[in-house]
Amino acid sequence: MRKNNNILTIFRKECARFFGDRTLVFTAIIMPGLLIYLVYSLIGSGIAKEMQEKIDKAASADKTVMMVENMPSQLAPMIDSLVYFKSGVFDTAEVFAQMRDKENNTIYVVFPENLAVDGRLTPVAPDAPVPHIQIYYNSANLAALQTYSTLVTVLNGWEESVANVFDINADPATQYDVVRADEEREEELDDLLSKLVPMLILMMMFSACMAVAPTAIAGEKERGTIATLLVTPMRRNELAWGKILSITCFALLSGCSSFLGIMLSLPKMVHADDFAIDVNYYGFSDYVCLLVVILCTVLLMVAAVSLLSALAKDTKSAGTLTVPFMLVVMAVGMTPLLGDGVPDNLAYYLIPFYGNVQAMASVFARQVSVLPLVVTLLSNLCYTGLAVWVLTRMFNNEKIMFGR
Amino acid sequence: MDNIASGDNEILRVEGLSKTFTLSRKQQKIEKTRATKKVAVDDVSFTAGRGEIFGLLGPNGAGKTTTLRMLATLIKPDKGDAFVDGSSIVNHPEEVRAKIGFLTSELKLEDFFTPNYLFNFFSQLHGVDAATAAERQRKLFERFGIGDFAEVKVANLSTGMKQKVSLVISLVHDPDIIIFDEPTNGLDVLTARTVTDFLQELRSQGKTIILSTHIFSLVEKLCDRVGIIIDGRLTHCGSLGDICGDLSLEDRFFEIYKEAKGDEQ
Ligand SMILES: Nc1ncnc2c1ncn2[C@@H]1O[C@H](COP(=O)(O)OP(=O)(O)O)[C@@H](O)[C@H]1O
Ligand SMILES: [Mg+2]
Repeated sequence: MRKNNNILTIFRKECARFFGDRTLVFTAIIMPGLLIYLVYSLIGSGIAKEMQEKIDKAASADKTVMMVENMPSQLAPMIDSLVYFKSGVFDTAEVFAQMRDKENNTIYVVFPENLAVDGRLTPVAPDAPVPHIQIYYNSANLAALQTYSTLVTVLNGWEESVANVFDINADPATQYDVVRADEEREEELDDLLSKLVPMLILMMMFSACMAVAPTAIAGEKERGTIATLLVTPMRRNELAWGKILSITCFALLSGCSSFLGIMLSLPKMVHADDFAIDVNYYGFSDYVCLLVVILCTVLLMVAAVSLLSALAKDTKSAGTLTVPFMLVVMAVGMTPLLGDGVPDNLAYYLIPFYGNVQAMASVFARQVSVLPLVVTLLSNLCYTGLAVWVLTRMFNNEKIMFGR
Repeated sequence: MDNIASGDNEILRVEGLSKTFTLSRKQQKIEKTRATKKVAVDDVSFTAGRGEIFGLLGPNGAGKTTTLRMLATLIKPDKGDAFVDGSSIVNHPEEVRAKIGFLTSELKLEDFFTPNYLFNFFSQLHGVDAATAAERQRKLFERFGIGDFAEVKVANLSTGMKQKVSLVISLVHDPDIIIFDEPTNGLDVLTARTVTDFLQELRSQGKTIILSTHIFSLVEKLCDRVGIIIDGRLTHCGSLGDICGDLSLEDRFFEIYKEAKGDEQ
């Protein structure tokens, strides 16, 4: 009973200090999210611009192959600077199969028979169906995509000039873009997220911990306030828990802000208005898993930084002491970039930080499985418990607490 | 040597406390010594009774603060033990901490908080219920005139104000034993007077006070019994009359000091 009260008392005191400090709240909680959002949006628009340039270049560099059926001859001069024509009657399935390869810049256009005869558009009887032009393309191939949109523009212009009526790609049931749009793009996105976001999260957590842990532990030593706490009957492990939990709480908030910044700017980052990630991109269970991994990663990080801070005699040397640790963690954060997917062997998830990064990567890649996650969670809790035990011993050690 | 308090109202018993520090290079330079060890406290024993003010008198570096820090369980003795109202400082430090109020310039308060907040915070850590804490706070704040700056952050208080707040905070749990290192050090005359008056008031309430000082007049004014500590050793212990005889405390002290230093050579 008393035990919990003391942890809570310490927790509340630390929170009062963290959150009562407006500069700290702004720099450690509000800034990261805001900054990430702004920077990523900027990068995102940069990427979008680059993409547009790529599209333009692709269109000008390589003429698209245009497979046509029943093309009216007067259309050819309007577009033959853009494409090589291949006329004939084709096996649709075969053409589609070729086109699905995104390196293939073919587009496939089927005009209705007798759209025009001898250079004149055939008049359409009032009760007959409107002639329908079908254009198949693969949006993953930028040149093909570009040719497709040019062709649509050209055809629309032509339609006006001949005062006739036809439709283009008007059947709602047909998929004219042969790319398996959702699958491919989502795979790319998952890949991007699972490679970059774990490192970002780790970095954000680290800086959040560094904003408070050194002042909360090394700072108390430096200022001589820890001695005042140590002469109260409170147990040292209550002090350790109170500190670690309050720092965790702060780091989590800071992490949330960064996470929000990432998620809100990602749609811009991947330059796609048509598949902006909404909250439904990941399922509920993905979010739960992510939350679990983040929570235990924060705990682990806080525990590690707290131990280093307790070892340091003042906040300045705490900063210096944590640098090598930070470098290691950053390196571990980058492991998904080199790897070929998340490891299956459960033993990997026992490695602090490495396991966490892999678990995070698996969530973003939407390949999460329960067992690795459980192993990560449990091992992290053990490590945190161990760290609290060590921290307690450190609070009890007069050389560490009062060493001159 | 009479270092046992009279009667069976003993509340503190110190048995052969010793403490040796290992000196770092930096400390060796500061102390101008090549020795790697410094015996700060050497086999110190004494007792104190309920309702008395016991003074540890000695020059700077004699080992007074180190002795008091051991009693307050901030550091552990290498040898020996002490019993605070029956609780061992070695085996039951938490019990000891609940029974004592400890005050030294080493104990700082966090700049960020106000006296009000800190009083509450430490009351909770000592397990004092809210109503009792509020009543105690009212009385103590009034006694030391803290009310005027109770909502001012410690960072913005003067040294004297901080000292008063520290004193009050050390008493949130109304301890029976108060351990006070150099109680008037660094205080202006007015605050020093407030403090000495308060210590006498506490004694009249039956509290025991262990204080350390290098100021003879303070001992003469306050202490019922005194231990003279030189180079970590408690050379004399007893009532002022027993130790001094006809001499003034100052004269007697230098006699003792010469004897002790003479022993060494
Ligand atoms: N943490 C420490 N490390 C090394 N030496 C110390 C330490 N604390 C005190 N000392 C040494 O022990 C001796 C006694 O110090 P102290 O108890 O502070 O004396 P006093 O309070 O009587 O002035 C001094 O020589 C001091 O330098
Ligand atoms: Mg001293």
